[in-house]
Amino acid sequence: MAFQQQTLPLNSAVATPAPRGTQDYRGDHLLVAEMIKPGSKVLDVGCGDGDLLQLLESRGIDGRGIELSREGVNRCVGKGLAVVQGDADTDLINYPDDAFDYVILSQTLQATRQPRVVLENLLRIGRSAIVSFPNFGFWKMRVQLLVGGRMPRTENLPATWYDTPNIHFCTIKDFVVLCDEINVKMERAVALDLYGRPLRLNAPWWFWNMFGEQGVFLLSRASKSAQP
Amino acid sequence: MVNVELVKSPVVRPDERGHEADHPTSLVAAFGMDQPLRLDCGIDLAPFQIAYQTYGTLNADKSNAILVCHALTGDQHVANINPITGKPGWWQTLVGPGKALDTERYFIISSNVLGGCMGSTGPASTNPATGKIWGLDFPVITIPDMVRAQAMLIDSLGIGQLFCVVGGSMGGMQTLQWTAAYPERVFSALAVACSTRHSAQNIAFHELGRQAVMADPDWRGGRYFEEGTHPHRGLGVARMAAHITYLSDAALHRKFGRRMQDRELPTFSFDADFQVESYLRYQGSSFVERFDANSYLYLTRAMDYFDIAADHNGKLAEAFRDTQTRFCLMSFTSDWLFPTAESRDVVHALNAGGVRVSFAEIETDKGHDAFLLDVPEFLDIAGAFLNSAASVRGLPVTGA
Repeated sequence: MAFQQQTLPLNSAVATPAPRGTQDYRGDHLLVAEMIKPGSKVLDVGCGDGDLLQLLESRGIDGRGIELSREGVNRCVGKGLAVVQGDADTDLINYPDDAFDYVILSQTLQATRQPRVVLENLLRIGRSAIVSFPNFGFWKMRVQLLVGGRMPRTENLPATWYDTPNIHFCTIKDFVVLCDEINVKMERAVALDLYGRPLRLNAPWWFWNMFGEQGVFLLSRASKSAQP
Repeated sequence: MVNVELVKSPVVRPDERGHEADHPTSLVAAFGMDQPLRLDCGIDLAPFQIAYQTYGTLNADKSNAILVCHALTGDQHVANINPITGKPGWWQTLVGPGKALDTERYFIISSNVLGGCMGSTGPASTNPATGKIWGLDFPVITIPDMVRAQAMLIDSLGIGQLFCVVGGSMGGMQTLQWTAAYPERVFSALAVACSTRHSAQNIAFHELGRQAVMADPDWRGGRYFEEGTHPHRGLGVARMAAHITYLSDAALHRKFGRRMQDRELPTFSFDADFQVESYLRYQGSSFVERFDANSYLYLTRAMDYFDIAADHNGKLAEAFRDTQTRFCLMSFTSDWLFPTAESRDVVHALNAGGVRVSFAEIETDKGHDAFLLDVPEFLDIAGAFLNSAASVRGLPVTGA
């Protein structure tokens, strides 16, 4: 019975080449896309192969990207996306204030040299920022360090300590503290599990910090709202 | 006695060269005394003509036209046999049926630049006021002048907005000038291996080339047509020097290394012992057969003067603020004439102006000339960029 229910929709999907459905996109990308109002102008910093930008453009969002790797940039431009080669640490300074409605930093914060400066720049260039990063407080990480005594490696972060591009790991709790320090307002916070599914909404911070594999934050400038 | 071998003399007669300048083997748009071209130097040029070629078919609403701008020594013969050299068009890697600039979907226009020697008015043309070759009496022209003349050509074809303006090197300069001068007339722009201004090093190389031409006694103060001479040695040396800047150390090493030319041992002379010498001499002598020396002076000068930011209070971003044109810039890792850093400066200015821009750096050892060669990644990205622009413009798209 269960087998039949699964196979029937699959067959019909093969017969008609449907447009790319939501099931083809990563969970965190879908969550980010859902946070952005249609018609917005968005900059994706560290846009990789452009999967998120493609999702955004399919939803009528004007997306631009910066990517460090030449291969990534060329694949993006090959998809017709407006992507330029650049470095979050050095090139954000070239963008004027309020150039975008949203600036996205997806799974890149931990690879920047100066995460704090990058974060400040995101909220200078964009009226809002969406930041997602792997949570180093995730229970699997803690167990590997505590029990195994080795630097943690997971499905989503398989690199060894000596060849990882990730030089500034933090936990969800660490990130919340940084946001407070630089006067950033947290509009929305979501923790995702290992499969990119949101954890339950009303859980306390310690629970997210333990069971969230990554955190996704919608941020805005706190000082702006305080001004008249 | 040491063997000495100079660059070989051309076989083309002077009257043949002059003929192509006035009566080109291509389409011609003639502008009379009532349609003068206002030049940056303050002179109104009239009458004048622009020689051009077209490929493909203009659609009913005239929305599929692409203007291809040529580089310093290029011409309008982008995708057909060149009437002077008998060789294939210079950008057949990019332009043709099924290529990135698909002649089955787009209407491609390419014109010889103002100041050129392949049929557009320039120093090799006859000055109608005197009946003599213009020579150095021709006014000094700029890249914006070339683009203004192209805009008049596009007007004469009844085309309001170009779907795309495409060019590499000096052609890329014209492309960027188009977007700065006529943003509403350019839907998309593909500018390759270029910059919004000529660097001091590039001006220096051009000065070297010009001095080589003018040092040739056969140049005769630019009056070589009347005197029946031709400064082929000077122009050949200018081309040899320039050609080195179009390549890279790695490409020269890969192609020639220290290999000898048809011999095992050095001849202890100044003969072309090395393959690289022989190659350069060939480049020099074949160039002088097809190019006018004075035209070379004028076009290099136009590139030297080029600086878009200078026309906008020194702020490049001002030149592109809020333009709706979709940009794609590309540079090549081994290009030391227009290095990636210069393209990046343009990209920063476009970003600061809120412009939609893509920028890719292509890894190759082929140097500046890579834009003319079969570099698949470059050609693929060019095609993808045009395809995405076409779908937004409502034009047919390949692979859909």
